[in-house]
Amino acid sequence: MAVYPLKETKKAPQSQTKAIQWLKENLLSSTSNVLLTLVALYLIYLILPPILNWTIFDANFDLTADNDSCGREGACWAFIYDNFKMFIYGFYPEEELWRIDAMFGLIVVMIMFGSWIKKSQYRMHYIIGAFLVYPVAAFFLLHGGLGLEVVGTDKWGGLTLTIVVAAVGIVASFPLGILFALGRQSKMRIVRFISIVFIEFVRGVPLITILFMASVILPLFFSVGMDFDKLLRALIGITLFQTAYIAEVIRGGLQAIPKGQYEAADASGLNFVQKTTLIILPQALKISIPNIVGSFIALFKDTTLILIIGLYDMLAIVGAATSNSSWLGRNSEGYVFVAFVMWVILYSMSRYSKKLEVRFSTEHKN
Amino acid sequence: MSNPTDDRLCCDIIEIKGLNKWYGEFHALKNIDLTVKEGEIIVVCGPSGSGKSTLIRCINFLEKFQEGSIVVDGTELTDDVKKIRQVRSEVSMVFQHFNLFPHLSIIDNLTLAPIWVHNETKQQAKEKALTLLDRVGIKDQAEKYPNQLSGGQQQRVAIARALCTSPKIMLFDEPTSALDPEMISEVLDVMIELAKEGITMLCVTHEMGFAKKVADRVIFMDEGQVIEQNTPDKFFDNPESERLQLFLDQILTN
Repeated sequence: MAVYPLKETKKAPQSQTKAIQWLKENLLSSTSNVLLTLVALYLIYLILPPILNWTIFDANFDLTADNDSCGREGACWAFIYDNFKMFIYGFYPEEELWRIDAMFGLIVVMIMFGSWIKKSQYRMHYIIGAFLVYPVAAFFLLHGGLGLEVVGTDKWGGLTLTIVVAAVGIVASFPLGILFALGRQSKMRIVRFISIVFIEFVRGVPLITILFMASVILPLFFSVGMDFDKLLRALIGITLFQTAYIAEVIRGGLQAIPKGQYEAADASGLNFVQKTTLIILPQALKISIPNIVGSFIALFKDTTLILIIGLYDMLAIVGAATSNSSWLGRNSEGYVFVAFVMWVILYSMSRYSKKLEVRFSTEHKN
Repeated sequence: MSNPTDDRLCCDIIEIKGLNKWYGEFHALKNIDLTVKEGEIIVVCGPSGSGKSTLIRCINFLEKFQEGSIVVDGTELTDDVKKIRQVRSEVSMVFQHFNLFPHLSIIDNLTLAPIWVHNETKQQAKEKALTLLDRVGIKDQAEKYPNQLSGGQQQRVAIARALCTSPKIMLFDEPTSALDPEMISEVLDVMIELAKEGITMLCVTHEMGFAKKVADRVIFMDEGQVIEQNTPDKFFDNPESERLQLFLDQILTN
């Protein structure tokens, strides 16, 4: 028998610089990996130069150019500049545009204020208050009333409309989705039955169908003379659609919560509402963040479908601009612009979701 | 330590009569009668699947039962939600897998039930929670999250959480079974301390040392029935039934 002394802890060996080590480990670790790296480099060589040439080196950045003087070798960014207001604000009257700016400005200010009072004990009150007040304020700013000139929803369009539709869909479908997810797990048969029928019906139908139904069938339920706003119909359709998906995503999160959590909450004497809101939902939602945001990203892209019931979101309005006789043949510029704006927004959402995951993680915080 | 006739143990706090429970077709508890006096420390043991966990989980209605009656401190358990909550506010439970709430800090785990169920102020609840954490020896971890603690620490937090509502009865469902061997004693020490303070305890456990040290009564269950119950010294030294002898042989030889 023998006794061994404790050994000293040593630092891990670092023979090479980090960059070389990274290259070796990630790009050149094996023969097949080397091959893949070469193929990837070749593809980049094929794709990247033409893109850069078209968007930058051969492009015409003269913003006063017209369609003829712009040239055809590269992109003509004057097209975007010339139509920029329409892409962003749709057909909103020129002298009322400040209201849209104010609406977006207000949310930025509110978010900044929210992060400034991060440590305050009233933060939760503020957030709840903001969620109640902002939609009302945004509605009056955008739509008018209370002394502001009314701008009908037929004038709304462009990126503004895209964001309004997506934001309403997201904000309205989230709580509804939670309710339906809980409903589907309910012990009450009727509640469960209604939830399952709703979710499975909506998920079994394409969004286009729901939009058509919302715009054609929904008005039948209301009296003949009643003017039922087209945008409102689209919003209801999109919200219902999104609710079903969010409900299923959250149900997945609920099912991942161990039975012991329910038991511990029950044993503590918490009632159903307390158990659900304090113990189960916070954990289920945390698990579901990536899927919830994924679902919201899909919704954001799906908003482009509202074109088919005659609403002009950003994509539709860019399409319309390319058929304008003074800018014929500038489709590429328009769609590249739409793709870029969409990408910036959606990538930000995705990054934000990552940040949320880290913030709510209680696994390895020290 | 003491026997059931001890005058410290005066009044019945739990009365179980003719308790029967089925899981589907499986008869999990067969006609159980059990009375527990206030302040009594009871250890329940038996082979796995003998119904011992099911039995103590019936006492706070985590398990429904089909026949028989359970009266806890004068409240009879029925489907009535109010009565269930009444019983649960007096009975706390410590689980095999701790079941701490991983999204809440330790201190929030402890103050949750006092604030939401017992209507205490945040300040009151926090002070009490810190005292209890101090008692189980982990006051300095109050702001951490459950997953940052070791198993033994987590179980001590779970005990403190259970005590936070000043329960009359504590149920322990195999509190040391999921722990690494070197962490068992730190949890048992806390339980022994607790036993000395006169709180009514029902422990499902295989820690026979614990049973010998503090139990007033040890109950042996097998196949959903109470086979034998006795004071610890008689229970271990003179087991009457064959099955208990066999069981003791099995767990004490290794």
